[in-house]
Amino acid sequence: MTSRTATLMAILLLLAAVPPVAAYFAEPFYLDLLRRVMIFAIAAISLNLILGYGGMVSFGHAAYLGIGAYAVGVLSHHGIDNGWLQWGVAIGASALVAAAIGSISVRTSGIYFIMITLAFTQMLYYLGVSIAEYGGDDGMRLKVRSQFSGLIDLNDPTAFYYLVFAILVLSLFLTRRIVDSRFGLVLRATRSNEARTRAIGLSPYPFRLTAFILSGALCGLAGALLANQTAFLTPEFMNWTRSGELMFMVILGGIATTAGPLLGAAGLLLLEDTLQGWSVLPKWVQEHWQLYLGVILVLVVLYARRGLAGLLPGDKHE
Amino acid sequence: MSEVLLETRQIRKSFGALVATDGVDFDVREGETHAVIGPNGAGKTTFIKQLSGELRPDAGQIRFAGEDITALAVHKRTRQGLARSFQITSIYRDFSALDNVALAVQAHAGHSFRFWRPAREDRNLTDPALKCLQQVSLQDRAGVLAANLSHGEQRQLEIAMALATQPRLLLLDEPVAGMGTDESQRMVELLSALKGEKTIILVEHDMDAVFALADRISVLVYGRIVATGTPAEIRANQEVRAAYLGEDG
Repeated sequence: MTSRTATLMAILLLLAAVPPVAAYFAEPFYLDLLRRVMIFAIAAISLNLILGYGGMVSFGHAAYLGIGAYAVGVLSHHGIDNGWLQWGVAIGASALVAAAIGSISVRTSGIYFIMITLAFTQMLYYLGVSIAEYGGDDGMRLKVRSQFSGLIDLNDPTAFYYLVFAILVLSLFLTRRIVDSRFGLVLRATRSNEARTRAIGLSPYPFRLTAFILSGALCGLAGALLANQTAFLTPEFMNWTRSGELMFMVILGGIATTAGPLLGAAGLLLLEDTLQGWSVLPKWVQEHWQLYLGVILVLVVLYARRGLAGLLPGDKHE
Repeated sequence: MSEVLLETRQIRKSFGALVATDGVDFDVREGETHAVIGPNGAGKTTFIKQLSGELRPDAGQIRFAGEDITALAVHKRTRQGLARSFQITSIYRDFSALDNVALAVQAHAGHSFRFWRPAREDRNLTDPALKCLQQVSLQDRAGVLAANLSHGEQRQLEIAMALATQPRLLLLDEPVAGMGTDESQRMVELLSALKGEKTIILVEHDMDAVFALADRISVLVYGRIVATGTPAEIRANQEVRAAYLGEDG
């Protein structure tokens, strides 16, 4: 085991220990907060696959978060509470939409790719706003959380926490396998040198598109989790600022690193929470917390070029 | 006389008013090393790019191993056995030397849509890759990040990557460009070892390298081939001396 893997293991062990510790101190709030962190970490992991390893800077990844959430919300609205079905649809619909958006955007690169992914996501955002049946821009409440044939009860905060934790660990493991596989090597090669990749006989397109679809599907699952987390969903899930946040988590955590998206999601969300809510901080900090968040983020990007993952013990430049 | 492996018939390419390739007839026979030389601005790069598929001729035909490849994409030409090295070194700088070559092995072997097994532990990829590195005497540098190799080593690595695709034809675009005397000598030795084993098109400025390696030479001037022949014939050709070799002194 490399020391990097060991560090990641330690972080995961800490996360696994949160429920009993939070229960001991009677602070259920932290359970909720860290569950949220892990859900966004899963979304950021999915983005890292294409942004970090594939060099595709998607500025529209919130689309899949929204599709996943709406898959749960819309089915529930029509009286279908079966979680297997809801989450299956969340993953499937996200993959389909990713295939459609990807088949067009993946042909482009650089600024065009950024703008096209953004444009598609804005389309979905306005679609969400325009459908009154599903609450329009007010969104809608999720009356009943996803039901898993009595196997696991998402109304139990601890059970839900460990489910999210399990999905997080699985996502980390799966993406690591993919990145190190033959497919992953080609994906990274297309980022590293596209002309060379063609010259050895590979067209980047099918590899990029496949990664784009896988990434969308995983993010859709994160969306289904998020809908259950908040028991509420709105088109805001698909807003471009949300896409920006996901992108920022990936960059803050460390592009193309295994632990990066998790660290980035934790860093951003916990910092946000601390600046807003920590009563030790003076009032002028709490009131203008976004400003101070911005300053801290700029400093991290400037001085930790490899993100938070680069600050971890055991990191060495590959 | 051996068979023609690659030929162009009256290919033409212009950029606006500039005619960069002006009706070129060119052929390479199986097993030969055919050098393309010409003064700066003669259209060598444009010509090479049409052979590799990065540019498409406005008119004319390119045939490779009997098939019309005029409109074939770069990666498909490589699949058919046409590998190239670039004038400006083109490698995966953030991969190790071995990974660079292993990826080329993988590209040739197919089976890139595999998501589970770690590629770096796959002996089906690393063993042939090591052999290719050996062919260019880089086996001791296999684990080194490509960006940390010397310029000469990076060019050798590019040749190894081309070899890994098991090409029938190697298209080498100025393989000794920017090299010191020692480095270019090593590269010429390396290419001499490949000569005869592989069919090679060699585009090169370095006349020592060209005359040491080429079986035949074609001289490109202003988008046209003004002469094709053995090194001795080219040396003796008055037109070539006037247009080109004279410039060197």
